[in-house]
Amino acid sequence: MDALDLARWQFGITTVYHFLFVPITIGMSALVAGLQTAWVRTGKEQYLRATKFWGKLFLINFAMGVVTGIVQEFQFGMNWSDYSRFVGDVFGAPLAIEGLLAFFLESTFLGLWIFGWDRLPKRLHLATIWLASIGTLLSAYFILAANSWMQHPVGYTVNPVSGRAELTSIWAVLTNSTTLVTFPHTITACFLTAGAVLLAVSAWHLKRRNQEDVFRPGLKLGAWVVLIAGVGVLITGDLQARIMTEQQPMKMAAAEALYDTSKPASFSIFTIGSLDGREEMASVRIPSLLSFMATGSPGGEVEGINNLQAEYAEKYGPGDYTPYVPVTYWSFRLMIGFGGLAMLVAVAALWAIRRGRAPTNRWLWLAAITSIGMPLAANSFGWIFTEMGRQPWTVFGVFKTADSVSPSVGAGSVATSLIVLTLLYGVLAVVEVGLFVRYARAGAPELPPASDDDSEDRPLAFAY
Amino acid sequence: MELTTVWFALIATLWAGYFLLEGFDFGVGILLPVLARDNRERRLLINTIGPVWDGNEVWLLVAGGATFAAFPEWYATLFSGFYLPLLLILVALILRGVAFEYRGKRDDDTWRRRWDLCIIGGSLVPAILWGVAFGNIVRGVKLDANHEYVGGFFDLLNPYALLGGLTTLTLFVLHGAVFLALKTDGEMRERAGRLAERLAPAAILIAGGFLAWTAGTHRDVIGWLIFAAAALALAGAAIATRFRREGWAFLATGATLVLAVAGLFVTLFPGVMPSSIAAANSLTVDNASSTPYTLKVMTWVAVAFTPIVLAYQGWTYWVFRKRLTVERIPA
Repeated sequence: MDALDLARWQFGITTVYHFLFVPITIGMSALVAGLQTAWVRTGKEQYLRATKFWGKLFLINFAMGVVTGIVQEFQFGMNWSDYSRFVGDVFGAPLAIEGLLAFFLESTFLGLWIFGWDRLPKRLHLATIWLASIGTLLSAYFILAANSWMQHPVGYTVNPVSGRAELTSIWAVLTNSTTLVTFPHTITACFLTAGAVLLAVSAWHLKRRNQEDVFRPGLKLGAWVVLIAGVGVLITGDLQARIMTEQQPMKMAAAEALYDTSKPASFSIFTIGSLDGREEMASVRIPSLLSFMATGSPGGEVEGINNLQAEYAEKYGPGDYTPYVPVTYWSFRLMIGFGGLAMLVAVAALWAIRRGRAPTNRWLWLAAITSIGMPLAANSFGWIFTEMGRQPWTVFGVFKTADSVSPSVGAGSVATSLIVLTLLYGVLAVVEVGLFVRYARAGAPELPPASDDDSEDRPLAFAY
Repeated sequence: MELTTVWFALIATLWAGYFLLEGFDFGVGILLPVLARDNRERRLLINTIGPVWDGNEVWLLVAGGATFAAFPEWYATLFSGFYLPLLLILVALILRGVAFEYRGKRDDDTWRRRWDLCIIGGSLVPAILWGVAFGNIVRGVKLDANHEYVGGFFDLLNPYALLGGLTTLTLFVLHGAVFLALKTDGEMRERAGRLAERLAPAAILIAGGFLAWTAGTHRDVIGWLIFAAAALALAGAAIATRFRREGWAFLATGATLVLAVAGLFVTLFPGVMPSSIAAANSLTVDNASSTPYTLKVMTWVAVAFTPIVLAYQGWTYWVFRKRLTVERIPA
């Protein structure tokens, strides 16, 4: 493998890994803030216990999101210096704004939230978790604006002298049509993920009839969040598919392994045949569905890979403009499939516990407990699809991945960092999951008896 | 003033802020095995920086992001050129960040001992390497005509840069000791104060040597004045620690770090990464910068939001202004 392949593997591994934690952080910060709001407004103890329980799980996850995020910022310069040189004028701005507006907000106010339990007045303390939550949303917005620019570059020109992209309108970059659909799609997926965390952990406890006062509402809340967010993911996913067909038709064609332009085009749920879908032995197909996804009309024409390849070769010069189809085809299906599966489990769980019922079906519980992994898988496949589907470009139609890699960094250096970071991430995954399971199992904490020691010298409540 | 100069100054400010704030976080981490005798004392030390360390680290992320946006060429050359040291820093910061959050999550001595090692090592490595990195930037590195770093890893370990690493290390440790004397009470306060007093002369020797070396190789009068002020502040810190004036001592070590960073950047200006091969290969604020439009956009964002960030981050320090004692750490 050369430095380019290694750098691509590293980007894939570190990004997918980082994005295991990010959606939980974004979704759970808002859910924990919601539970704490319920406690502040009603004074009911169960809400406080729920806030502290889910808050602990949230923090275990948050730490990993933060530390793996530093790698994301550094590796553009480390592994992709020619990309950084080419796009810095445009791409750097949303990243810097993200730091100033979002990172400071989330880290500072989360620090205040963790350590402020008995330092700040109740309502002010509540405001800190909401501000941290807003910080995570802002962060998502700016980073998605940066990524959307790679999918659909707007508001720039390429300087003929320096050969580099130059920003002409920050407004165009921040209101990119791609950002406007990607942001709600990602955020609803984050809530779906956080909902599944609540659903799965609550199911584990309810199966054992532990702390029903905390976990029955927890399961209900989680399942409803999964359902509502899931509907949002579907709607925004549909919008995104259409915009993608318009902006990156090759990605849509590769999503279906559609080689020849078709009208109408069917959607295959799965195919048995060669990996790249050229030869098909058997497949389960829904007629006209791809046409509907891509164009909004069941009879719409969808361009195929072969036509697009010829078109691009004419436009951009000779070369291979087809992404690696086995990955796009299967990641697209797995993204939709795992997301849909989580929604089905949520419906089943809500049905099973309706009106105070306590189901005994082992399979139902198993499905509910494992539902935590479904959105995580869906999120990962979603990113793999959207990034792999853009290949061979880093900036679609403008700048190629092969031209992006650092010319001065040898394969040995990239291999070293790939191995070191992958091993480190592997070890940390074991530690994180271990802690998460441990705290999830321990259940909601009993509240300490109301102390009449309200002096400033009582022991710290929620410290390291 | 030209916007490229403004952004050069802003990036210098971000690094100064980072050294000022995460400097004492690193110091506290490194002093964990020196000052604390049992688990409760170690928790005491960690909790002095508990509410603020993460916000302090954001200064680094914003410095990185701002360099990317304002001087993409600098960002690209620096991050790809200093590849392995940056990898080490990344690993250190990852382990250290996770360690703060996870160390207290299990009541198990082996568990805690391992995370303590991550905190110590995770503070020690960046504390040295940031100084090595800045030493190399100021000294100049092998950049070819395409602004690519063509030197090796061991070229970065020259005596001047290593002395730079020793300088950040001792200054951060002193800054951390002074911070602990200011933020704790009882026996820990006394212990940290005594350590700071003993460390100060060594810091004067090492940091003074590094700044004198820098001043000797770069004829820059403003730089000299700033280095002189930094040395004065450090001498002030030594005196303040002797008389246990903790607030003054902290102001003085903080001023030393800020002035030292300012002096290095002034010495560097208008270069951002000089080439040791040929002056024509050097990166400067002009040939490394973004377009005036991008700089203008970024300036508006910075003008609008920096005061807000400073206000709420400052408020955090106000909320947690009280000294911590070991009695407040649950046994």
